[in-house]
Amino acid sequence: MSADREEKAAHIRRLLDTEGDSVQENTRVFNQGRYTAVEDLEEYEELKTRARAIKEDAIERLPELIDQLTETVEENGGNVYLASDAADANRYIEEVAGDAGTLVKSKSMTSEEIDVNEHLERAGVDVYETDLGEFVIQLAEESPSHIVGPAIHKSREEIADLFNHEFEPEEPLETAEELTMFAREYLGERVKEADVGMTGANFVVAESGTLALVTSEGNARKCAVAPDTHVAVAGVEKIVPAFEELQPFIELIGRSGTGQDITSYLSLFTPPVSTPAIDFESEAPITENDAEREFHLVLLDNGRMAMREDPELKETLYCIRCGACANVCANFQHVGGHAFGGETYSGGIATGWEAGVHSQESAGEFNDLCTGCTRCVNQCPVKIDIPWINEVVRDRINHGEEPSEFEFLVEGLTPDAEPSGLDVQKRFFGNFGTVARLGSATAPVSNWLAELPPTRWAMERTLGIDRRRELPTFANETLRDWFVAREGLPAAEADREVVLYPDTYTDYVSPERGKAAVRTLEALGVSVIVPDVPESGRAPLSQGMLSTASVQAHEVYAELAEHLDAGRDVVAIEPSDLAMFLGEYEKFLPERSFERLSENSYEVLEYVYGLVSNDPEKADVLSDGPGRVAYHSHCQQRTLGLEGYTTTLLEELDYDVLTSTVECCGMAGSFGYKEQYYELAMDVGYELQDEFEERGERDRTVLASGTSCTDQLDALLDRKPRHPIESIAPGPE
Amino acid sequence: MSTVETFEHSLEGLAVETTRLAPESFEEVLEEIVTEPAVGARPGVEGVSLEDTAVALDPTPHQLEEAVTGVTGAVLGIADYGSVVLRSTSDGTEPVSLFCDDHVVVLDADDVVADMPTAIGWMAANVGDARESAIIATGPSATADMGALVRGAHGPKRVHVLIVES
Repeated sequence: MSADREEKAAHIRRLLDTEGDSVQENTRVFNQGRYTAVEDLEEYEELKTRARAIKEDAIERLPELIDQLTETVEENGGNVYLASDAADANRYIEEVAGDAGTLVKSKSMTSEEIDVNEHLERAGVDVYETDLGEFVIQLAEESPSHIVGPAIHKSREEIADLFNHEFEPEEPLETAEELTMFAREYLGERVKEADVGMTGANFVVAESGTLALVTSEGNARKCAVAPDTHVAVAGVEKIVPAFEELQPFIELIGRSGTGQDITSYLSLFTPPVSTPAIDFESEAPITENDAEREFHLVLLDNGRMAMREDPELKETLYCIRCGACANVCANFQHVGGHAFGGETYSGGIATGWEAGVHSQESAGEFNDLCTGCTRCVNQCPVKIDIPWINEVVRDRINHGEEPSEFEFLVEGLTPDAEPSGLDVQKRFFGNFGTVARLGSATAPVSNWLAELPPTRWAMERTLGIDRRRELPTFANETLRDWFVAREGLPAAEADREVVLYPDTYTDYVSPERGKAAVRTLEALGVSVIVPDVPESGRAPLSQGMLSTASVQAHEVYAELAEHLDAGRDVVAIEPSDLAMFLGEYEKFLPERSFERLSENSYEVLEYVYGLVSNDPEKADVLSDGPGRVAYHSHCQQRTLGLEGYTTTLLEELDYDVLTSTVECCGMAGSFGYKEQYYELAMDVGYELQDEFEERGERDRTVLASGTSCTDQLDALLDRKPRHPIESIAPGPE
Repeated sequence: MSTVETFEHSLEGLAVETTRLAPESFEEVLEEIVTEPAVGARPGVEGVSLEDTAVALDPTPHQLEEAVTGVTGAVLGIADYGSVVLRSTSDGTEPVSLFCDDHVVVLDADDVVADMPTAIGWMAANVGDARESAIIATGPSATADMGALVRGAHGPKRVHVLIVES
């Protein structure tokens, strides 16, 4: 186990050193471009909703649409082959290619999925990738590191070296312009001699047999129309029912992918196309070429029809392969698809694809790089809950694990519902609530013990908790102990009543932020109850321990139901727990229970903001500025659109607020504690450090809403961060 | 802003030159902007013709390869995006618009529509239902795969749109 972790850590370290900078630079450009491009789009949300609905409908009716498409294409004069798997598809494509000497290809992840190049090469066909990024990868004999920009991990210098070494041009190539023009000419020659052109398809219209190809270079156009034989390879999920339904995708795909409003070329070919094929040997006008056109559409199943029957993986089929989930992901930005990817696909949604078309094992290699931060959810043009797919696959992988030799060590700590083979590291973090309860009960001894070098060594060896990471210190007195021992504002004297949700971290590690919340709410005339509610299930969920998370969700609801019946609101301090109530609980609880809880749950500063907005005079009891603060919101808080309450409230209280523009702290709960991911977590974190340590900003008090963010900021900065509620809370007396 | 003005504005953002002209001045304007050798496909725009110009119609593959400029018509302009819709029919518009360094697009001002939904609606009937093919082309061909944005990856490096007002 430990060797696996070390190997993974070494792999990540290597990629951070070699490919990290290029990947980061390129994905950032895509990502920032996307933000700008969707800002200009008035109907962004509406387009996403329509795109989603079209995909839902198409996947629902897929068997019927495959039949319709087959009939249409054959009517048009083309051929359709429904391939059950990679071998089947390759066999057919080889047959079509026949004795072709040269085949030119435009970029297609689906063709990467079946490794068609290798297959054709073995059959004696020279295959040339004409997309310039793919061409670089083909020359370098590497695999794509990004589904849209396959060579984004390579710098211009590396590409120049590669070209100069490979082609030995008279004048060494240097600039991007020179490299592009060289490739244009070289590949232009290949297009001229090609017997067959192969493309993918971004969408295929069942009604008309039209293929939509999204490109900027123009190579897909050349591949599809210059040779007289065209083979298109597309997953069955690419089918949309009608031509009009291409519209939302056309408006979304470029923006979501590379941040362009639209790519240079959007080809809508209904093959066999009527544009004349070009015989470069001929001296007759192009328009007189009457060569018979041949068209083959290879529709690939390769696990997709089974995914359609799988309630959790089904959503993956809505994916339009834009790469937005990869571009927005902090971890992906730092290591790219060679760490965050499987055999073919990379980035957030890749887990679903790999598990569906290759194997769970292939998905397992990188699945843990998704920290469940949810930043990709709002960015997905078809609104796929990508983190949930990752958790589900993680859970399935957990169930496939063999029992480990260290199982006995954590047995006492694991009152969970998981299989015995579950990875000991995951089991430990998934049961963090129990660890915290025991740790707090035995503090300060537990804190002292935990920090001793032999303990740290043992924890690293067995649980994979990195020795370099400072451990949370358990409080002697929990929030709930403090709460029951005091006299609060009686309900009879209050305007309203709330339940303050005592999340594990607030209760055992940072009770001061809980106390600040209680004081604030009471000062605003709200009676507070801090009941004995179990942990939300966030910790096990993050480890893919879905049964345990589900049990905890039910227990939480059972405990809160009566409070909800009594008309009490639920106020959460920790955004990741609130995100459970507003999000994942939908998967665990009956619909009515979920609705009752989610409709009445609030983030603490959102709640305070609401109270103060209703009665501005109430703000007088809060501790106001002026004070210079640097605020880092929590990822799930931002996904839920709650960041604004905190910043606005702070500003209204006369604080001078600087918010972080880097979106991630790099920690994400257990992620940054894990030995294999520690360095990546820190690498991501350094950006936030840079931002908050910049000259002129060092005097600012650092505020963060999430506990993981606070831990990470604490490790990165000299100043100790706090929760915003601690700044605005009235003094203890 | 009129639809045509919006179209021009969008094209400006794409580094695409535009010229608005009356049919009578077509040949004169074309002569100025075309770099020879030039090849073309009949634009299909009312009042203009390539017959008496330096542009070779119905080119051979060799002429296509040698040409610097390709002149074609477009069936639609999409104002919001600055896109033009090129037919991919037997007249050779597709190769002429794709293989040369410069692409000169001839478009009837009346064929500029406001937005993508309108364009797709029109195309559904005239491309989809007709089982035809077309390209929505926006600006010159481009790539960033070699470390910086370069225009003219496989397709044209420069695009010039002539808007014919009759």
